[in-house]
Amino acid sequence: MPVLIPENLAELREAACSHDPVLLAGGTDLMVALNHRSQRIESDLTVVSLAQVPELRSWSHDPTSGELTIGSGITWSQLERAPFDALAPALAQAARTVGSPQIRNAGTIGGNIATASPAGDGLPVLLALDATVDSVGSDGERSTPLSELLTGTKRTSLAPGEVIVAVRFKVDDGWQGYAKIGVRNAMVISVAGVALVLDGTARRARIALGSVGPTVLLAGEASAFLTSEFDWDAWTCSEATIATVAEMAAEESRPIDDHRSTAEYRRHGVRVLTSRLLKRGRERR
Amino acid sequence: MTTTSTSERREVTAIAGGVGEPVLRPDGGAKVDGSFEFSSDRSVDGELWAVTVRSPHPRARILNVDVSAAVALPGVAAVITADDVPGVNGFGLIASDQPVFAVDEVRFVGEPVAAVAATDAETCARAAELVVVTYEVLEPLLDAERAIDGTFEPIHPDGNLIRHQRIVRGDSDFVGEVIVEGTYEIGMQDQAFLGLEAAVAVPDADGAGVELLVATQWLHEDRRQIATCLGVDEERVKLTLGGVGGAFGGREDISLQVHVSLLALVTGRPVRAAYSRSESFIGHVHRHPAAIWMRHHADRDGTLRKVEARFVLDGGAYASTSSAVLINAVTHAQGPYRCENAVVDGYAVRTNHLPCGAMRGFGVVQACFAHERQMDRLAAACDMDPVDLRLLNAMETGDHLITGQRVENVAPVARCIRETMALPLPEPETEDHVLSLPGGAGLTADGSVVRGVGMAVSIKNLMYSEGFDDYSTARCVVRDGRVALKFATAEVGQGFVTIAMQIARTELGLADVDFESIDTAVGSAGSTSASRQTWMSGGAVVEACRGVVGQILDQVATDRELDRDGLRIEGEWVTADGVPVVMVAEAVAGHLFEFTAEYHHPETTELDEYGQGDCHTAFAFTAHRAVVDVDPDLGLLRVVQIATAQDVGRALNPLSVVGQIEGGVAQGLGLAVMEEIIQTNGVIRNASFTDYLIPTIADMPPVVISLVEEPDPRAPLGAKGVGEPPCISVTPAIVAAVDDALRKAGRRVSPLTRVPIRPQDIALAGEGSTATVGS
Repeated sequence: MPVLIPENLAELREAACSHDPVLLAGGTDLMVALNHRSQRIESDLTVVSLAQVPELRSWSHDPTSGELTIGSGITWSQLERAPFDALAPALAQAARTVGSPQIRNAGTIGGNIATASPAGDGLPVLLALDATVDSVGSDGERSTPLSELLTGTKRTSLAPGEVIVAVRFKVDDGWQGYAKIGVRNAMVISVAGVALVLDGTARRARIALGSVGPTVLLAGEASAFLTSEFDWDAWTCSEATIATVAEMAAEESRPIDDHRSTAEYRRHGVRVLTSRLLKRGRERR
Repeated sequence: MTTTSTSERREVTAIAGGVGEPVLRPDGGAKVDGSFEFSSDRSVDGELWAVTVRSPHPRARILNVDVSAAVALPGVAAVITADDVPGVNGFGLIASDQPVFAVDEVRFVGEPVAAVAATDAETCARAAELVVVTYEVLEPLLDAERAIDGTFEPIHPDGNLIRHQRIVRGDSDFVGEVIVEGTYEIGMQDQAFLGLEAAVAVPDADGAGVELLVATQWLHEDRRQIATCLGVDEERVKLTLGGVGGAFGGREDISLQVHVSLLALVTGRPVRAAYSRSESFIGHVHRHPAAIWMRHHADRDGTLRKVEARFVLDGGAYASTSSAVLINAVTHAQGPYRCENAVVDGYAVRTNHLPCGAMRGFGVVQACFAHERQMDRLAAACDMDPVDLRLLNAMETGDHLITGQRVENVAPVARCIRETMALPLPEPETEDHVLSLPGGAGLTADGSVVRGVGMAVSIKNLMYSEGFDDYSTARCVVRDGRVALKFATAEVGQGFVTIAMQIARTELGLADVDFESIDTAVGSAGSTSASRQTWMSGGAVVEACRGVVGQILDQVATDRELDRDGLRIEGEWVTADGVPVVMVAEAVAGHLFEFTAEYHHPETTELDEYGQGDCHTAFAFTAHRAVVDVDPDLGLLRVVQIATAQDVGRALNPLSVVGQIEGGVAQGLGLAVMEEIIQTNGVIRNASFTDYLIPTIADMPPVVISLVEEPDPRAPLGAKGVGEPPCISVTPAIVAAVDDALRKAGRRVSPLTRVPIRPQDIALAGEGSTATVGS
């Protein structure tokens, strides 16, 4: 089983496109899959490590456009600290809920997108931020809205050998937050998660939900209703609006019963978290 | 050790590192820095790896097992099935009802059907996938009540009812002035020890016997069962304890021992096996899930008069220790309270769920959750403070259990309650750290968090019951001034070797204590379970050392022409009528002393058909108080503090006792709020630490502890076992605190009756009546 370790983006493209490789970033999903034998190790399987590609580990922020570009190899440990905690506080908060410190040191934002779990902690935040994913593959470079990239439970539109380079979104001085329910107070898979972004520049609200559907979900109707009802000048909204938005978000969730929770509780959780996040956002807490 | 003169300082003081001191454990440093060798780390030259092929069905008929493709895979040395078991294809701690490999029928998901030995673990895994087992899937028995009412066909030749026990005492028609009733449910808990199952088997040169290095709890019992399955004399099976990373009951039963031993004999090569975490979940027994109904009768002033109960324990597919767990559950139904009337029925049943057996607390965890929830209900019904109600009814030495057995041990129940409640409550949080709120890192909590306080009390039997003579053996040798101790006591992380070292120092007055290999070359020590090793193996070490002390004093009397009757060892000195004569180290120089002792506890009896009899050996008592913060809207919580006073008799090593208490609290907390094996249609859904949640540092509160030290005259050195008591009443104490918080929050919810508490049990219980969103 060959393991290729490209050292720049050009080498990575070459390595990824000439094989049908398994991509190894932090390994926090892949190694579990290998150990549980849900990912088979065959002798002709090629692993391409992303660890030594500096382009994937870079980031940039354009203060003029407000666009933040985060390399796919940026780890959760980096995201929970400066400068990301100030630039994208909801993403930093999501990062703090991922696994343990050891997992956060290894796991990457790119891996979270590629794995495309409905419980991926970064994904509701990126969806609420209307993020765009930059990737390279045999057909060249492309940019895809995250909402289009995620096609199903642990499924994406990424082609074989296509590598996520970065994820981009605009940040402003509005408000963004993320809250996640787990049955343990740390190091736990999400039972339900909600991300809220109040974009003061575009005057637009977006609410995204995790662990309550086959993929992370944009609560489109709740977002649209909040966008229209939120008083962007006074930066407030009514209790009635909060209750309605929370109820709409709950209605837009598509949860199931499984060994981690029940559909009824997950829907309830979305309602409570949406309400609480909106109160925090209204007060810029 | 050389001793030149003993005439300079003749001051008798206690020896350093003896009984009562917080001596550090010898294995501690290596476990912290990672150099400790666990059994899974052991490698032998020329070894093969082994893996087990397991049933995917909770119940199915085996139509055919085809191993030909697996055998043909390069690197595979052997594939064995039931046909290859040379001895009895059955094992079990009480009844030999569990096959080494399934024959004709599989009875739980994960039941072994075959085992493979190959050059490496990956080849093993591939070969296992090539073993083709043809099944005819049968309807599984998953409802414990159907195992009792006889409406389901027997799923095992021994039948579906493992044991029924009834207890009737006093006036069975008694009706109290106040009656409270409830039905309680306890989920299936896993021991979740960190060191996974692992063993290495090395065949003897003549191929007729095997040496096994294994992480286990009772070497001699393993040996008995392995030899029976291999069809060889016990002498041909030698066991050595590998490094054990926790046990909690989960290593009492045979798991991989017979598989690797048999593969070593078949291949003539060393064979090594190590379970993964997911295999461990299906490879060992669990805590019995239980459904318990109880009805308590009391006088209006709160005096407990009668307990009625019905216990149903789901034992899963094989008996393991289910019948003993049942007896523990039903005989502890009254809790640590006086009660003269009782009618109790208990059933341990067979189903096609994962097998259940021993786990820390052993049936008493389930009983205590039910009786303590009942005491809270009774307090409410009598309009009494729950603490006062418990104090009013607290058992004392000389009181009787509902089995008629008189409690002969020190029984400081009221003192445990008072000392627990007197411990300081937590200080208000000084900083608003997110991890200090319910929901923790998820940042879910807002201003609606409510704090509750609850408490609970337990009684726990120590040692084995029902006439079983679980004796322990120890040998003490003094040579060249050094002590060497030999025993087969499984050190599973509980710290027995530290205690043994302390006992030897105090008894012998010699500082240097060595340990010989823990193996079957000496008599049985019994199991490291039932809170028994400090008492039983500690008792054996005491007696072995005292045998040597007698020999040393004989020697001194002869050498120095002193009156033997006046000689003793005090501190590091031999004294004559209290006057130091010679240091022990000097007295023993050039001599060899040796003594082997067996320690037996007093005989116990079986229960009669009315559940009467002196079936237990001894008892210990504990009280817990829990402070819990609850987010009522989301049903999330954080345990803020646990306070506990525990009846320890005498703390031989206070540091070690604190370690047991903190660990037990973590385990009881886990059962209260998160730990549960989920099975759907007989299939385990969370066989990993991703989804079987155990408390992290963010969930574990500070534990404030009071050691209640009233030395028990019946115990060697006055010390009671301390292993199980810490994990029992902490669970109902936490649940009582959650109820208290919900009352304060104005939630009109009925008492919580199930553990672990699930968020929806809190958040959705009052929905539609008092629940408000996002407050």
